[in-house]
Amino acid sequence: MVETAKRAKMEISDEVAIDITQMNKWYGTFHVLRDINMRVQRGERIVICGPSGSGKSTLIRCINRLEEHQQGKIMVDGTELTSDLKNIDKVRSEVGMVFQHFNLFPHLTILENLTLAPIWVRKTPKKEAEEVAMHFLGKVKIPEQAHKFPGQLSGGQQQRVAIARSLCMKPRIMLFDEPTSALDPEMIKEVLDTMIQLAEEGMTMICVTHEMGFAQAVANRVIFMDQGQIVEQNEPKEFFNNPKSERTKLFLSQILGH
Amino acid sequence: MTSQSYVRTEMVAAQKPPGVQTGIVLWMREKLFSSWLNAALTLVAVYAVYSILATVGPWFYRSVWTGSSLTECRATLAATYGEGVSGACFAVIRERWQQILFGFYPRELYWRPTLTLVLMLVALWPVLFSSAPRGVLWFSAAFPAVAFWLLWGGTVWLPVMILLGFAVGYLAYRLISPLNGLLGAIAAILAPIFWWLFLCGPAAELVQSVISIELRQLKSADFGGFLLSTVIGISGIVFSLPIGVLLALGRQSDLLIVRTVCVAFIEGFRGVPLITLLFVASLLLNYFLPPGTEFDVILRVIIMVTLFSAAYMAEVIRGGLAALPRGQYEAADALGLDYWKAQRLIIMPQALKITIPGIVGQFIGLFKDTTLVSFISLQDPLQLVSSIRANTQWNGVYWEPFLFVGFLFFIFCFSMSRYSMYLENKLKTDHR
Repeated sequence: MVETAKRAKMEISDEVAIDITQMNKWYGTFHVLRDINMRVQRGERIVICGPSGSGKSTLIRCINRLEEHQQGKIMVDGTELTSDLKNIDKVRSEVGMVFQHFNLFPHLTILENLTLAPIWVRKTPKKEAEEVAMHFLGKVKIPEQAHKFPGQLSGGQQQRVAIARSLCMKPRIMLFDEPTSALDPEMIKEVLDTMIQLAEEGMTMICVTHEMGFAQAVANRVIFMDQGQIVEQNEPKEFFNNPKSERTKLFLSQILGH
Repeated sequence: MTSQSYVRTEMVAAQKPPGVQTGIVLWMREKLFSSWLNAALTLVAVYAVYSILATVGPWFYRSVWTGSSLTECRATLAATYGEGVSGACFAVIRERWQQILFGFYPRELYWRPTLTLVLMLVALWPVLFSSAPRGVLWFSAAFPAVAFWLLWGGTVWLPVMILLGFAVGYLAYRLISPLNGLLGAIAAILAPIFWWLFLCGPAAELVQSVISIELRQLKSADFGGFLLSTVIGISGIVFSLPIGVLLALGRQSDLLIVRTVCVAFIEGFRGVPLITLLFVASLLLNYFLPPGTEFDVILRVIIMVTLFSAAYMAEVIRGGLAALPRGQYEAADALGLDYWKAQRLIIMPQALKITIPGIVGQFIGLFKDTTLVSFISLQDPLQLVSSIRANTQWNGVYWEPFLFVGFLFFIFCFSMSRYSMYLENKLKTDHR
């Protein structure tokens, strides 16, 4: 758990990082996201939770346009997400994403996984990109694995590599899509530790997760979604101790009940 | 009762496995005689192998390598081993091997295809083996033009001007793309085509009239034998892979027109027998071209074989693309790679790796299909064998020249197959 002293350091500025207004999305005729309004300030650490099928993954995948929204407006760092490819690429290079199944590139070594985007998107010289990559590998505590292939690493190590890969692009916002759901219990902690460390450094983070311990430790806001809508949002303490809606109470009793 | 605890009080260290039996007896018992049925099948198989060897072995052993006709061969055989004994008459190959290799290519110019072959190996070196110096790749890129000049002859300036077409395209792109990216891409495609169609020939003639460098010009009718097969086969292989990749990508494209064109192309070429396409190449194409156009028949065949093979290739590669998890595309997107970079760096390396067996299978099939050109009266190796057998001296020779041709094809196809296994092994990084 993070001490209060450290927590105070995680400042939230007035600058708006993500602004979503009246956003709607359908899969065919199925209305997945309904009237989403959400504003994220720089430095915020937001945890999104909710039952499966509630649209939480879809919501964060809209933020870097892995999914397309049909109505409403999404602004990321002042750039609006439309079908304009230039805007999309700009947003994607500013927003890092960590997936449930890591999605490392199996044909490249760990180091190549990390340097690929900096070299080809940011045009960083190879040498410099490798230095940056080694720095972040050190940060996620696996520099010795740099020349192995993803298939040779454990799940927890792969997920930490995936986090490092995103960080190499020096993103201003990080999205986590159930980063620990595919991991063995023993490995969840090492990934969460990395994420907590990132939060302490002031990264703007949006994290879809069921790790309520993580939410209590680092989140400044918890958002609860159900049926494609934001049902409740609050500070973690209030959210867990004093949930307002019936749906939230039911959800919390189910995941915390045992 | 002995005391056996159900919970460990101390952990057990790893131990050696129980002794594994080895040796020839065990191997035979397991692999050859594991049951009565298997023992019987083993014996039948041994007998079958023996009877084949018993027939073919002596035939090979009693081979005759000198002589200028089948009658001479038979006389030598009778003198050495007695009347009525059969033996191979490889004298026919000794006398005619050059014809099977080069067709009717002028004898004094054999050095040109031979040099081309050597240069081809040099050009392939950096493509096939990553340990080769990268600089050689420039030679590999220029090799098709070099080979064209060496094989067909004529002025050196024509292939130079053809190569220059790529520079023209690059120049057009550099000049126009700052104004508009799409326009630049279109210019990069149209400018070289315009160059090749209208300016290339006259420019080559002009330079030739000033600085004359040329080799004796040969016609496509002079080509034959393995030279013909390799020219068509290798060109088909080299050009069908990139076209196949583009077609596979086009078929997956979101753009309706691109997708429709690619699907129509693939299904069209796959739905027609190759032999039909070859007839189109040799006969029908002439009706569509403006009268008086001299469009080389080998070139026409190469184009048809390439397109035919590319259609199959596209489907093989599409299989590889379909096998990739969606997460790979998403990870590439999320890192900000654009479509072409994602394809080149993430998707294609993996898709091609998965499909190596299919691609190489297609290559081997294409190479062997080149013998079909005999139907449009090109002199492929089998056609040449037939004409050798029609000759009075060698009338009656049957197995020997066909064995020779089969052996040469086998060398090519087997090396491709071996290389593909080497490549698969080298690229194996998933550690599953």
